[in-house]
Amino acid sequence: MSVLVYIESSEGKIKKSSREAVSYGSAIGDVVAVCLSEVDDAELASVGKNGAGKVLASSSAIETSEAAASALAQAVSSTGANTVIMAKSSGSSAIAARLSIKIDASMAANVVSIPDTSVGYNVRTGIFTGSAFANVELKKANKVLSVNKNTVEVKEDGADAAVEKYSPEISEADLKVKILSVDKATGKVLLPEADIVVSGGRGLKGPENWGMVEDLAEALGAATGCSKPVSDMDWRPHSEHVGQTGIKVSPSVYIAIGISGAIQHLAGVNSSKYIVVINTDEDAPFFKAADYGIVGDAFEVVPKLTEAIKALQ
Amino acid sequence: MKILVCISHVPDTTSKISFTEGDTKYDKTGVQYIIGPYDDYAIARAMELKESSGATVTVINVGLAETEPTIRKALAIGADDAIRVNTEPSDSLFVAQQIAAVAKENQYDLILMGRESIDFNGGQVHAMVGELLNIPSLSPVMKLDIEGNTAKMTKEIEGGKEYVEADMPFVAGCQEPIAEWRIPNMRGIMTARSKPLNVIEAVADGVATEVKKYELPPAKSGVKIVDSVDELVSLLKNEAKVL
Repeated sequence: MSVLVYIESSEGKIKKSSREAVSYGSAIGDVVAVCLSEVDDAELASVGKNGAGKVLASSSAIETSEAAASALAQAVSSTGANTVIMAKSSGSSAIAARLSIKIDASMAANVVSIPDTSVGYNVRTGIFTGSAFANVELKKANKVLSVNKNTVEVKEDGADAAVEKYSPEISEADLKVKILSVDKATGKVLLPEADIVVSGGRGLKGPENWGMVEDLAEALGAATGCSKPVSDMDWRPHSEHVGQTGIKVSPSVYIAIGISGAIQHLAGVNSSKYIVVINTDEDAPFFKAADYGIVGDAFEVVPKLTEAIKALQ
Repeated sequence: MKILVCISHVPDTTSKISFTEGDTKYDKTGVQYIIGPYDDYAIARAMELKESSGATVTVINVGLAETEPTIRKALAIGADDAIRVNTEPSDSLFVAQQIAAVAKENQYDLILMGRESIDFNGGQVHAMVGELLNIPSLSPVMKLDIEGNTAKMTKEIEGGKEYVEADMPFVAGCQEPIAEWRIPNMRGIMTARSKPLNVIEAVADGVATEVKKYELPPAKSGVKIVDSVDELVSLLKNEAKVL
């Protein structure tokens, strides 16, 4: 059975979350990866290592979710695939939703397990911002799964995939949204993609003290995040706000510095594999959700931690 | 301009999450329900457009009679009228089909909702409504300005922002800081009681998904408090194996 995996790129490189999606797909069937952005052939072929047999690459970059859904629907019909996998991202969610209607599929978002097909076709999905799970049966023959980060390990043992160009037909109706410009930080680890996140809260006392957070993040190759009060006070941009109404993260390690751990913040981080809390207040609720904790002053602990990590490398 | 604002009726963000009936139902005991926090941003932006350009604002919710206090709150904030589709909202597609059916009949210029509901977090309904109506959908939208028939919007993307333009009609999934939340005032609460809240029946369709069982994550085994940075680094390296 062939499984289509939609892969995304950032600055010409296939995103790690998309490589995970390819490995996820390879646990279900024969993966045909589909790329709709500009990526060179060698980079495309490398998703073979992650489990794809073939890559379909659009001959022109496709930018709107409407057009991407049409392009994927055409790939579904040309390959005869009945399952489409994609890593959840700000761009893919709308594509998955539109595609599911175009191909009359059952759709699941926030998937955190490989499908269980012993009885029916069931997947586990995160709900209440990762505070609980729903086991969902997908009843239609076609399926679209939007998969959360860290659901499977990325496979690295395959051979390069064959890259084939294809030219999806895009109608006028798919091009009604005009993208005027994009304002994006380059060369930075993206928060939703990051394997390690270092986050700061009000305990850091002011935006001028973020240097040590950034130093620690740099030493770890991590992204920086913050709590809601910090973004509300404009100490940090809204795009760094982690929590129920901000970015939800599921890194391998989440390091919270000077964040007390309000329930809405915890909701955004509780899918992290390991949580480290650094706080002067030993009664901070965050310690209850943490794996490791240091009760201490961030201004002393954080620079020491950065040094210790640099010393390891 | 006619605006449709779609609202979800969800447990308050501080609610305890537990399940009942053999883990097949969310336990509503003692739970306070609210307008979805992201939907509140959609209502607030719709109110601003009503004030600046005389738009009419209709709110819609897909839910049983229990959601009416939540709908009345949206009317108290200032929506002109409301529609409740009288059915249990079983999944995103089903909800989108109900909204699309109403939208087809009434021809709204703008359909606003939150970027996602805070219970199921699917974030799919806006795109599904757009697809069913064959109009664009954008989400998450942080800024939305309308001039004539065209809207200029700022969308959040990973690591930055995208500036886009689309002609009406379209669907937008909203998030902060698109507008400041509105809190109903006394006059709003009084007038909300007499505003029209039309109850309509659902349009039937096939079932795409079904929740078989809910689960809570296993409890954390407890935090290890360490005294030194070296001890922490050693745990991260040797126990968690993440360094």
